[in-house]
Amino acid sequence: MVDIPYDLIVNALVAGLLLGAFYAAVTVGVSISFGILDIVNIAHPGFIILGSYLAYIINARLGLDPIVASLLMLPVFYALGALVYQVYYQSFEKRGQDALRGLAFFFGLLFVTEIVLVLVFGVDYRYVHASYIGPSWNIGIVDLPLRMLVPCLVALALVAALQVFLTKTFIGRAIMGVAQDQLALQLMAASPTRIKRTAFAISIATCAIAGALLIIIQPVEPSVGREYIGRVFAICVLGGLGSLPGTLIGAMMLGILESFTSTFYGPSWAPAVAFGVLLLVLAFRPSGLFGR
Amino acid sequence: MTAPLLEISGLGKRFGGFVALDGIDLAVAEGERVGLIGPNGSGKSTLVNCICGTLTNEVGSVRFAGESMSGLQAHQRTHRGLARSFQLPRPFTSLTVAGNLRVPLVYTVNARRGTHLSNAEMDARCAELLQLVGLAEKADHFSRDLTQVEMRKLELARAMAAEPKLLIADEAMAGLSQAEVADIVALLIDLNKRGITIILIEHIMRAVMSFSQRLVVLVSGKKIADGKPDVVIANPEVERAYLGQ
Amino acid sequence: MKSSTFALVCVVVAALVFAALRWYGNEYLFFAGYVVLQFIVLATAWNILGGYTGYVNFGSAAFFAVGAYSSIFFHKTFPLPIPVLIVIGGVFAGLVGLGMGYLTLRLRGAFFAIGTLALAVVLQTIITNWTYLGGSRGAYVIRPDEIALVGPYVQYLFLLMLGLAVIAIMVARGIEHSQLGYGFATIRDDELAAEASGVPTLKLKLIATTISGALMGMAGAPFPYYLGYVQPGTVFGLEYAVNSIAMPMIGGTTSWVGPLIGAILLASLQQWATVKFSSELGVLFVGVLLVVFVVLAPKGIVGLVEGWRRGKV
Repeated sequence: MVDIPYDLIVNALVAGLLLGAFYAAVTVGVSISFGILDIVNIAHPGFIILGSYLAYIINARLGLDPIVASLLMLPVFYALGALVYQVYYQSFEKRGQDALRGLAFFFGLLFVTEIVLVLVFGVDYRYVHASYIGPSWNIGIVDLPLRMLVPCLVALALVAALQVFLTKTFIGRAIMGVAQDQLALQLMAASPTRIKRTAFAISIATCAIAGALLIIIQPVEPSVGREYIGRVFAICVLGGLGSLPGTLIGAMMLGILESFTSTFYGPSWAPAVAFGVLLLVLAFRPSGLFGR
Repeated sequence: MTAPLLEISGLGKRFGGFVALDGIDLAVAEGERVGLIGPNGSGKSTLVNCICGTLTNEVGSVRFAGESMSGLQAHQRTHRGLARSFQLPRPFTSLTVAGNLRVPLVYTVNARRGTHLSNAEMDARCAELLQLVGLAEKADHFSRDLTQVEMRKLELARAMAAEPKLLIADEAMAGLSQAEVADIVALLIDLNKRGITIILIEHIMRAVMSFSQRLVVLVSGKKIADGKPDVVIANPEVERAYLGQ
Repeated sequence: MKSSTFALVCVVVAALVFAALRWYGNEYLFFAGYVVLQFIVLATAWNILGGYTGYVNFGSAAFFAVGAYSSIFFHKTFPLPIPVLIVIGGVFAGLVGLGMGYLTLRLRGAFFAIGTLALAVVLQTIITNWTYLGGSRGAYVIRPDEIALVGPYVQYLFLLMLGLAVIAIMVARGIEHSQLGYGFATIRDDELAAEASGVPTLKLKLIATTISGALMGMAGAPFPYYLGYVQPGTVFGLEYAVNSIAMPMIGGTTSWVGPLIGAILLASLQQWATVKFSSELGVLFVGVLLVVFVVLAPKGIVGLVEGWRRGKV
């Protein structure tokens, strides 16, 4: 048997957990739009990259911390989400059944976002400056780069906040209700369309934060988003659609799996891991590992 | 006595932890008219789906015309003479009304007989079926433009177009007027006289009672009664579980 | 029109196109024309699955790449003439298509679409890590400048792609006018009802994914010889996936005419924009048009024209 160094395994595990928490932040939006609202927003990663670039601009021009910048961008992304939902609703949901064109719509949006970013910023990698990018904490043999730890903590806070919002507030529970029973909602005098628009806008708003985290973790260029299509849907399906705790667990699992793949086989195999997992889960257990 | 046309024994189906069907035994003889009733969520449609192969039952068996249906896909069962209409109409929306009826003609009747019906033969067959259900004027309309009631009629006509030995009509009459219900019941009885065995799932009790020679009651995935309609309906358990609610 | 008459018309039109370009004598037109023809094949192939049966394939690039890389493989091991490579590329991509067809057993709608995307990334990762085929750095193909009978090599490639386009269109039209196309439409409308009416849906879906995949692979097979150089980033590019969806959607998905119109318009537009501005702007047009059309004209150009004619009558 090959002797695998103990510290390599521990570090791969820790790196995987940190990465996983970040993946959860990337995926929560899709857990809401796809998992709860049944809107297949494959353009989600495109909005995340947009978030990265806006964080980059604010960071470069005003010297603001990328995470603070992303919080400032929340209303903008919320409004963008509401707008996209409005177009989606008017063109597809209201007309009914034509899911094929709805998919093409989001696919087109993803592509347009990417190309516009290429035209404006070119294909060079962009990165941000912050005090926590660079240093690491060392606890025994464990190496904790702050560049990963800070996004991990922000991501956990984001997921926790959304979970509290969805389970404890009136609007949050109405959003969860949309998935189950539109009629009950109408009886509560809540307009399903408005609830769904709010939920979708929130899902896009998470892209501002996820985008900032992404550009803290790694330099970003416009086509990076594509890699995340597989990840977000793999995690979403793995965690059981529409469950945020499930999303977090699914994200951690994928993070660890990718981290081990990069450590032991090389980073060039990592992108296939997410899609491979996705194909396997879709083929053998479409309701996810913890799913309904 | 000859073997029954449809023979279900020990049929069970669960969705996750929910038991939808629990040990159903049911035999239907050739030429019979059977009514199947039960409250919403009692497993009627699940039973139909298991018989027709839309869903796979975990335990128990379905035999049709002396042949085990296990492992056969839905279309193979249709080819063998099992046809059903759907509770919620599922027309082929991009096809015309007549076009909808051609689908079973092309894919079931031709496949079963190894024939190749000519266009004229198919047109004649479609016209005949549409006449039966009262949709003759709508033959060239797109099915998506039909009313709900018309869609139900189309649903029934499409099932009949497959020339089945056993027809399962799943709530074919919901939303129809009294006169229309009477028409459909008469139509089904007429079909039955021509030798087609029929299972009717229906909420409209008058239709069920006037149609059925035998009544089967399903409650919470279990068969609680099976017998002559007037006897079954007088059964206190049926009354409590179904009619009393 | 009977199929034989239609075939004759196609061949005559193709011959006229070739003759006209040859008479005009500008080599660039063959270069650009090749790309347009390639997209006619891709769009038509995509539509056989996406338009006729309603299963959205986001992984067109993967099938194109399978064709391109099977040519690279044989170029390195056992050089063969391109028409043979086209057939081989079609066989390999058809097999991948068959595999994708089995995905439809478990996956419908959006899940299938995401599954095809996953398939594309998995294939791309395999190719990127396959050093024999050039890995991430790519592979070169040295091609002759001239070929017997035709002359300039690019004209030869153009002619081959022209033939493929004719074949693809005839296949699509043939399906539409046959019992197969009828069955495909029932799958698109309602798969459960199709099964209940006796349509063997799995078999038909497998036929659709295989034919569609094979045609895409055939379109990709000559590509290494066209460019002289192939890299995973180029052949797996999102451009192929977007174009092969956008062209049928913009042209109209219900008949073979739609993808043909969409491909000619969009591919020419991109060629023009590439020369005039940049290739990015060209694909941006496609993306924007795709979004605009699915929102405002869901039946595409064919639908618009039909609506306009009905309005006039």
